[in-house]
Formats: sequence, C-alpha cells, structure tokens
Amino acid sequence: MSLTLGAINPMEQFLVHRLVPIEIGGVDLSITNSVLFMAIAASLVALFFIGGAQNKIVPGRLQSAVESFYDLVDGSMVGAMIGDKGRPFLPYIFTLFTFIAMMNVIGLLPSSFTATSQLAVTATLAAFSIGLVFIVGFGRHGLGFFKLFVPSGVHWTMAIFLVPIEILSFSVRPFTLALRLFGNMMAGHVMVYLFASFVIGLGVFAAGHGGLSNLLYAGSAVSLAMVVALFLLELVVAFVQAFVFAALSCIYLNEVVNLGHGH
Amino acid sequence: MDIHVAKQIGAGLAMTGLIGAGIGLGVLFGNYLQAAMRNPSAAAGERIWLFLGMALTETMGLFGFAMGLIIYYT
Repeated sequence: MSLTLGAINPMEQFLVHRLVPIEIGGVDLSITNSVLFMAIAASLVALFFIGGAQNKIVPGRLQSAVESFYDLVDGSMVGAMIGDKGRPFLPYIFTLFTFIAMMNVIGLLPSSFTATSQLAVTATLAAFSIGLVFIVGFGRHGLGFFKLFVPSGVHWTMAIFLVPIEILSFSVRPFTLALRLFGNMMAGHVMVYLFASFVIGLGVFAAGHGGLSNLLYAGSAVSLAMVVALFLLELVVAFVQAFVFAALSCIYLNEVVNLGHGH
Repeated sequence: MDIHVAKQIGAGLAMTGLIGAGIGLGVLFGNYLQAAMRNPSAAAGERIWLFLGMALTETMGLFGFAMGLIIYYT
C-alpha cells in the first residue's frame, strides 16, 4: 500500500521570482517577491511607529505597544549589554529588531513570502552588524582592536593556544548570525508545509480507498492540530530569532565599545 | 554505489549533529527551569541569557543542517 500525496515540494515556497524586471548597466535590480515583502515589512514598521509616536502622557493602545518595544530594546538589550556608551547604537539595534521581527511575522501569513528565509537577506543583515563592529573597533581603538583576540590576564604560554581559538570564534560570527536566522525560518516553514500536506493527502487517500483506510481521517485530524500548534510555535520563534539577532549584535558591539575594560 | 544515493546517505548522516543540539537545549532549559523554581524572583533577570544560550546552542545543530544542505546540493 503506497501513499500518494500528490506533488509535494516544500522548497517551492522559497523560490524567488521577478515581478518587475529592471536591469541597469548589466546589474539585475528586478523587484522580486523577496524585495516586495521586505518593502511591505519596512512600511508596516514605519506606519506602526508613526501611528504610535504621539507623546501623550496617558498612552493609547498603539503608543503603549510602541513604548514597550522601545523599553525591550533599550532596557534589556542595549542598556543591559553595552551600558550607557551603547546609546548611539540604539537606533541601529532597534531598526534591526523591528525589521526582522516584522519580516518573520509577515512570512507566516498564507501565500506570503518570508524574506528572512533567503540566505542572501540574512547574510546582508549579518554583514551590517559585523561591519559596524569593524568600523567601531578600528575607528575608536585603531590597531588596539587586535587586543580583542588576547584575553586579558593570560600568561603568554597560554595565549599561544588561546589567540587562534579567539580568532576562529570571531571569524565564524557572521556565518552563524546569518545561518541561525535563515535555518530557523526555513526549517519552520518546511515543517508547517509538510504537516499541512498530510492533512489533505491523508484525507484524500482515505476518501478514495474506504475500508480500513478510514482510520487515516484520524491522522489527518492530528496533522491539522499539529499545523495549528506549529503556527503558534513559529510565531514565538519569529520574535525570539529577531530578539536573538539584535541581542547578539549588541554583544559583539559591546566587545569593541568597552574594549580593554571588560563589562 | 550511485553518487546520488551516497549524497542522500551523507545528508542524512549530517543531520545527526542535531542530536547534540537537542541534548544541549534540554540541559539548558531544564537547568533554567530548575533554577527558576528554586529562586523565582531571579528568573526574570536571567531570561535574556536563556535565549542567548539557546541561540548559541542551536547554531551547533544548524551547522550540521548547513552541512547536510551542502552535501545534498553540491
């Protein structure tokens, strides 16, 4: 007995296709579905904050939502991890957090596209964060930036072994930053897709064969419950991953902002 | 052995890296919960480190996932 579940291709939802082909000087600048959903996310974030920035003493619903976002980034990320010297980086971390969270959440809507499930998008965001670390590190400390790789208070015999490890762990950071967001988003969407395809596939099989295979209706119902549960999980993951990306950017920035006098 | 078959086996084996990530996440959340039950007033302050630890642990599993993709598609 073989189950034929129809044409199931869980990777199809990640295909990028051109909506408005634009080509300038041999460079492909087409508006793809990825670009479209990034633009939608960016404009929704902007609308959210324009609507919420009202400066009332007793805040309305939208204003208190915006303020709690601000408190989260200011209090438990920038304030807790970098300290007062991190205030100049607050707008960057805040933008990163809200933009990634919005892209993740929009991607959960049916028939939409998750921009963060493209490695190119997450790698670009990671490059911004690591680039900022380099700019701040070399800009403020010059060649003293390389003290980052030498743990303080370590005897030189031990440092011979520790410095290569520190350099290695520093150089995998952009890859882990990009891979984490991409992997979580992609794996989550594939999982939801597979369970959703079981709902229809098992139901159609049971309807077509009758007899003992009527039991598969139960499997179909369980899959439907799993889809609902996974969607809730994905909603949590969407925010947690945005939070983690922004918090790790904070930690990496902290090392160069407070270089030498640990924090 | 056909190269395609070997690739599928290799990609499947690369996924065993997720075993370690699973154990790590279990240890992490179990210990956090234990600590939070013993001293509930300190739990809120440590939650940020819980999520960061989760992210770093997960990365090790995702390395395996990335290796699986590389083996399968190249």
